[in-house]
Amino acid sequence: MTIDMSQFYQVFFEEAAEHLAQMESLLLELDVETADKEMLNAIFRAAHSIKGGAGTFGFSDMAQVTHVLETLLDRLRKQELKPTTAMVDAFLDAGDVLKAQLAAHQEGDTFEDPSIAQVCAVLQQLAHGDAASPLAVTPPPPPPPVARTKPEVAADSAGAGPVDHDEGETAPVCWRIEIDRNLAGEALATSLDGLVEVLSEKGTLEQLSGEEETTLCWHLTTAVDRSEILDTLDFVCDEAAVKLVPVASVPADDTETGEDPGYGFFAPPTEEPVASNDENDEGYGFFTDAPGATQAMDQEHPGYGLYGGAPGMEQVAAQVARQQQEADQGFGFFEDAPGGPASEQAPSSGAAPPVNVPPAGGGPRQPPPRRPPAGDTSIRVSVEKVDQLINLVGELVITHAMMAESISMLDPVTHQSIFNGLSNLERNSRDLQQAVMSIRMMPISFVFNRFPRVVRDTASALSKKVNLKLMGEDTELDKGLIERLADPLNHLVRNSIDHGIESPAQRQAAGKPEAGQIVLRASHQGGNIVVEVSDDGAGLNREKLLAKAMEKGVPLPENPSNKDVWHLIFAPGFSTADTVTDISGRGVGMDVVRRNIEEMNGRVEIDSELGQGTRIVIRLPLTLAILDGMSVRMHDEIFILPLTAIRESVRPRREQVKTVSGKGRVFQVGEEYLPLVELRRIFSQDAAHLPVEDGIVVIVDTGEGRAALLVDELMAQHQVVIKSLETNYRKVDGVSGATIMGDGRVALILDVDELMKINRRLNPSTAPTMVQESGT
Amino acid sequence: MPKTILTVDDSASIRQMVSFTLKGAGYTVTEAVDGQDGLDKAKSGKFDLIFTDQNMPRMDGITLIKQLRAMPQYKAVPILMLTTESGDAMKSQGRAAGATGWLVKPFDPQKLLEVVRKVIG
Amino acid sequence: MTDKTKDRAIINAEESREYLTFTLGDEEYGMDILNVQEIRGYDAVTKIANSPDFIKGVINMRGVIVPIIDMRLKFHLGDAEYNQFTVVIILNIVGRVVGMVVDGVSDVVALKPDQIRPAPEFGAILDTAYIDGLATLDERMVIVVDIEKLMSSGEMGLMDQIQSGAV
Repeated sequence: MTIDMSQFYQVFFEEAAEHLAQMESLLLELDVETADKEMLNAIFRAAHSIKGGAGTFGFSDMAQVTHVLETLLDRLRKQELKPTTAMVDAFLDAGDVLKAQLAAHQEGDTFEDPSIAQVCAVLQQLAHGDAASPLAVTPPPPPPPVARTKPEVAADSAGAGPVDHDEGETAPVCWRIEIDRNLAGEALATSLDGLVEVLSEKGTLEQLSGEEETTLCWHLTTAVDRSEILDTLDFVCDEAAVKLVPVASVPADDTETGEDPGYGFFAPPTEEPVASNDENDEGYGFFTDAPGATQAMDQEHPGYGLYGGAPGMEQVAAQVARQQQEADQGFGFFEDAPGGPASEQAPSSGAAPPVNVPPAGGGPRQPPPRRPPAGDTSIRVSVEKVDQLINLVGELVITHAMMAESISMLDPVTHQSIFNGLSNLERNSRDLQQAVMSIRMMPISFVFNRFPRVVRDTASALSKKVNLKLMGEDTELDKGLIERLADPLNHLVRNSIDHGIESPAQRQAAGKPEAGQIVLRASHQGGNIVVEVSDDGAGLNREKLLAKAMEKGVPLPENPSNKDVWHLIFAPGFSTADTVTDISGRGVGMDVVRRNIEEMNGRVEIDSELGQGTRIVIRLPLTLAILDGMSVRMHDEIFILPLTAIRESVRPRREQVKTVSGKGRVFQVGEEYLPLVELRRIFSQDAAHLPVEDGIVVIVDTGEGRAALLVDELMAQHQVVIKSLETNYRKVDGVSGATIMGDGRVALILDVDELMKINRRLNPSTAPTMVQESGT
Repeated sequence: MPKTILTVDDSASIRQMVSFTLKGAGYTVTEAVDGQDGLDKAKSGKFDLIFTDQNMPRMDGITLIKQLRAMPQYKAVPILMLTTESGDAMKSQGRAAGATGWLVKPFDPQKLLEVVRKVIG
Repeated sequence: MTDKTKDRAIINAEESREYLTFTLGDEEYGMDILNVQEIRGYDAVTKIANSPDFIKGVINMRGVIVPIIDMRLKFHLGDAEYNQFTVVIILNIVGRVVGMVVDGVSDVVALKPDQIRPAPEFGAILDTAYIDGLATLDERMVIVVDIEKLMSSGEMGLMDQIQSGAV
């Protein structure tokens, strides 16, 4: 029976990613001064779980990194070492390496980078603690592995770090290594596997002692020299505990035992040695013993063991007795049907190729099939399934609306039951819609959690002191939004640190605390999610911004309000920083932030006080799938205008419309002249223009500032389900998507930014005739 | 009547692998996500064999084994520890808690089946 | 889609395949029935501004937004009337759903590969690039069209990669 391990990969990937994220957030929370034991335990557990899974599923490079990570963490949680900032940094680096390894495996690839060896070296050094570290002299990047017995080992040697040395020209020598457990100290117990692994990479390792023995004993046949072996041993146990003597020179070819790393501890029991259990390959001999003996005796098998006389052993003994009656000799564990042991001789575990050995040389792995794990309290469901559900519920809502419309002509008195039924249906389908939507909802902590790290790294790169405060992390929003919110937020936070927060000296001079503060806050406001990024930094400088606007030729209204000025930083290519740093070129990308947010049907607002700080507020709809909109009419067509874009609507007077040479028509609101965007001119094939006074003007916020949108009529406010036009058709200019109205017809959702662009194309400076023509 | 096995591990992937392997071999498998969950599940069922991880949130494997051994119905049921360590300390801890044996991680499905077959058939 | 391709390959290897025949002007066309999702009447469409006239607009088909194209307009076959007899063939082209207005749907016929002969250069409404061949059915000539090729062509402007939404 072979089991395809790759079927579990996906679960492992997800799980490992979760553990890594958890580890990182714990590390960032960790205060090295008052390190909490529980927290260290939790961090250890995360690393430990990754190691367990990685080892099991054959991702030995990850297992190796987590192993050194775990070794140090273990010493920390046992309070043998005190946590330091350097350790936290090393842990974070290790986390990054693991993430990269994980990502590579997900692509069926392996991550090979000198950083792996460096991280491992640093961790090992730290784990070695205060004692003068002999490892410090070893070069961090390992040399390419010399021809090795097992491809698995060769592929992983990059992760083995400094323990992997140039073996030079020396002929292999057999060393007898003895470690006295009593003298070795605590660290040995936990790092024994690792030691065995590391040793077996140096050459051929043969274990001579049992697990129970006080003196551990190996024969290591290797070309590396004595001091190097000592170095390796040194970081798991005290030097005093080690005895290292050469046994004899042996021909290199003769020393293969094919022992699998990770199973290198095969050992016969010590107190009651079972005659046939002497070597790795014959771990089954004692089953020929009487059941009683089996039961009473400790059993050590490759990879597992049983306690003699322990509870449960009677069952085992009875089982063994039965198996013995059924089987002629030995045990046929592998090929048989459940319950019926076959008479075939069991292959030794050393000979049976484990299915989880990665392909030679760490070659590409088939992308794993996605399988949901068997969970207990939650299930993993593909996003497509949830989206399908959301779509169907959307249909239900629409169907209801259609029914409601068709029965609206009925007499409510005589058809009371229909009306009642329909209103029940409405309530139920709304509830259902909300419930289904909530499946896609995730707490914003999924994005917020990365920021302690971002702030830490950015601040230290800029030699600034910044505290981050997270608020409202439990606020839920659509998964799709969460993913798309990460980049803009990242940019805003880095921008705040780079340009908002002053240097410690400047802050002190300004009478502020040395460390600046950045607050990330999320909350629900009405049907919206509001995410705020605020800092207590220098704030925006109005004069500077205005001067810059002048220089860049960015148009501004006369007597611009503060808000108008602040919004300048969202203009493309706008920059006010005296020096542009690589953390965030001021202004560079802020227009992208704005655009990203608007693509989510959101809005960005900015508020700043010179010397006090800056606050950027992002307003987003709860979900990507539903939009609050206003239906507007043009001829007999209905369009949806997103509510987030609407400022106000104005019943226009003819004299408010002016024709500006070369710029088309503008609409005067107070002191301001806004570009007039006529929906009919943009969307209507016929040229029948609407007299301004017959329509209505909606003042909208666009990427280029405010604009006046002229429509025939404002209809009603709706919550609409957003449908993509691109599923079966293609992108349509001026339109961000479509929706289905109560009567079953399709309405297009307007994109005001694109309308502005089209409007500009329709009003080129070379076509004054159009301007005049529209002046009816 | 298929034998029933409880596997207690906080790692979903290991749990899934164990469960899949054993189910494939005809056993009935129940999964628990940590020691506490394992204890609850053990109380509400009857198992022929219990695998438990050592290091888990809420309740670790050693505590779980101790608690199980205190229950009459699990006094003599084989309980195996899954462990990444193979040192003496771990073993004597396991023995003291009342474990029947241990299985070192990483292990592969064959190894797992081998052990299970040996212990409960 | 790959499944479908596979199915088709099997059918191809074995025997005849089924074709839906439809008329455009005076010509009769046949298309692989596997591309046909359903046949329905013409509904009110929502116009898409600034698109070619043969793209009538989009409709809501059970919650899916489906573009409707009028082949009669596309190939300038006189006045295209829309009444209760107007037929829309809903096609599934590489996973996309498209509605195609034609003059009429006539039949479903089975054709063996050897019944379809290569098309000579001739003045059909459709460009020969989209024609698989000609078949004769009871004295009628059926032009077998590769509907997938036709619908995904740049000429139809139905998909983004070909025509990037210029106004």
